[in-house]
Amino acid sequence: MPNMPMGFRPFLHPLHGLLLAFPVALFTLALVTDITYLQTAEIQWTNFSSWLIVGALLGGGLVLIWSIILAVVSRRRAHRRPSLIYAGLIAIMWIAGLVNAFQHSQDAWSSVGVTGLILSIISAALALTASWVAHRTVREMAR
Amino acid sequence: MSITPMRSLYAALITLALAGCGSSQPGLDQTGANPDLPGKRQTLVPPIRIATPEGWDGESPTAPQGFTVTALATGLKVPRQTLVLPNGDILVAEGSGGSAPLMRPKDVIAGYIKSLGKTPVKGGNRITLLRDADGDGKAEVRTTFIDGLNAPYGLAFVNGSLYVANQDALLRFPYRDGITRIATPGQEVTKLPSRLNHHWTKALTASADGTKLYVGIGSNSNVGERGMAVEEDRAVIWEIDRATSAHRTYASGIRNPTALAINPQSQALWSVVNERDELGPQLVPDYLTSVRPGAFYGWPYSYWGNNIDPRVHPQNPKMVEKAIRPDYALGSHVAALGLSFVTGTGLGPSFTQGAFVGQHGSWNRQDLSGYKVVWVPFANGLPAGKPVDFLTGFIKDGHARGRPVGVTYDPSRGSLIVADDLSNTVWRVAPARPVQARFAPAQ
Repeated sequence: MPNMPMGFRPFLHPLHGLLLAFPVALFTLALVTDITYLQTAEIQWTNFSSWLIVGALLGGGLVLIWSIILAVVSRRRAHRRPSLIYAGLIAIMWIAGLVNAFQHSQDAWSSVGVTGLILSIISAALALTASWVAHRTVREMAR
Repeated sequence: MSITPMRSLYAALITLALAGCGSSQPGLDQTGANPDLPGKRQTLVPPIRIATPEGWDGESPTAPQGFTVTALATGLKVPRQTLVLPNGDILVAEGSGGSAPLMRPKDVIAGYIKSLGKTPVKGGNRITLLRDADGDGKAEVRTTFIDGLNAPYGLAFVNGSLYVANQDALLRFPYRDGITRIATPGQEVTKLPSRLNHHWTKALTASADGTKLYVGIGSNSNVGERGMAVEEDRAVIWEIDRATSAHRTYASGIRNPTALAINPQSQALWSVVNERDELGPQLVPDYLTSVRPGAFYGWPYSYWGNNIDPRVHPQNPKMVEKAIRPDYALGSHVAALGLSFVTGTGLGPSFTQGAFVGQHGSWNRQDLSGYKVVWVPFANGLPAGKPVDFLTGFIKDGHARGRPVGVTYDPSRGSLIVADDLSNTVWRVAPARPVQARFAPAQ
């Protein structure tokens, strides 16, 4: 479909956008519960983080697959660059989140500690950035 | 939410991650009074190796030359600890306990992985009586001695009373010589701490004079990851007065005291204790120790004396300072669950003073460890020498044919009784030509 006007094609399919909301919200919340755990040493906060990260990985895993497909199929299109950036951000976010899931499987203080906090910051920041890139791209396309 | 996709995901990743983090350093000596303790190694995925079950196929565990091993009884429902009554009848506690909820994705996955190395049979919640009157090593009488128990584990016999440590209470049953069934419900001596019961086994023994009972109560977590609020009255040994049922904490910080016994030379209380996981394949050694009244053994703040565990926050330097070193290391992750001293003539000339230790076997290291019964020689009431393999062959080609739990010296016949909770068998190890047994009191 090389001659199709691209201005009205949204970058993200509505379902893709919906799935993307999971890592955005859950990784961000996991960062909040991690910080709370480090402040209080109250074990339930790190338990929350563990489940939030798993939820983010499940939603984010589907987003990751979809983002890679987008990057591959959009090879000859004008939004090749944002789709590559988007897929890259999602991929790093997901890998950091996965490592963090294992970090959070360690016991007590080691479930977060410095490493867990850094990984939570990375995955939350990348989820937010990737979402920003995706939605900004939609707006520019729709202009 | 289905956990199946996560399960396969974790399984795949575990395989990948294991390549880098699982290996033990060769040449470390982790038994005896001064074990080598390597540096702590916390990894994203702990080293895991599960020996999946395989049948005995008509074979038996391997004992030293001059001993025969027979299956006293098979087809039991998760046999854990055994007791030899004065008339030679053998009681077997069968059950599985614990009610800790799954708090994290890890609990789901780790529980599944560990279940691969266990029997699928449901715990019997009963005590079975075995009688081998003709001494051929096979029980010709087998009855359900007590039914309707709640994960029974520790057993003790004092002066006509049988004591059974359920996972939530200590019960007393009146016993008459020769009976094969008790139908009356037990009398509750005292409730035992049972919230969560992450470590549910309640080890039991009686003091040499029979006036006190000791109950081992394991921690409610590996190292405090369920919060310290649930650790009240956990990782302790209780001393219970037999006359009044009053209890006091006899020792604390003792992570999981899984078997208790009285040393016949010193009359002191001894215990085997399971130490913490996930600090590396060679930390922390499980141990055998005399239990000093009032002593603090470090858990969760420190291990093997004052080696700090970084996973505990807030830390507690004062308690670390108080922590004492155990007497004798048995090796890391061997999972010592059985302890029995020999009395009288023991098991023949090579086994006259010392203790047998049943080792259920490891999960938290790549090189399988434990899965055997060892002999710890004693002299003058103290360990004197390295542990010696006594009963082996539980592992074959990387699969587990059995996993030893309780070990009990039978003074009336000079034999050793070994409960195996994987093949659901009770084994008897006896000299091929019975030694002239000098009868000793069954305390």
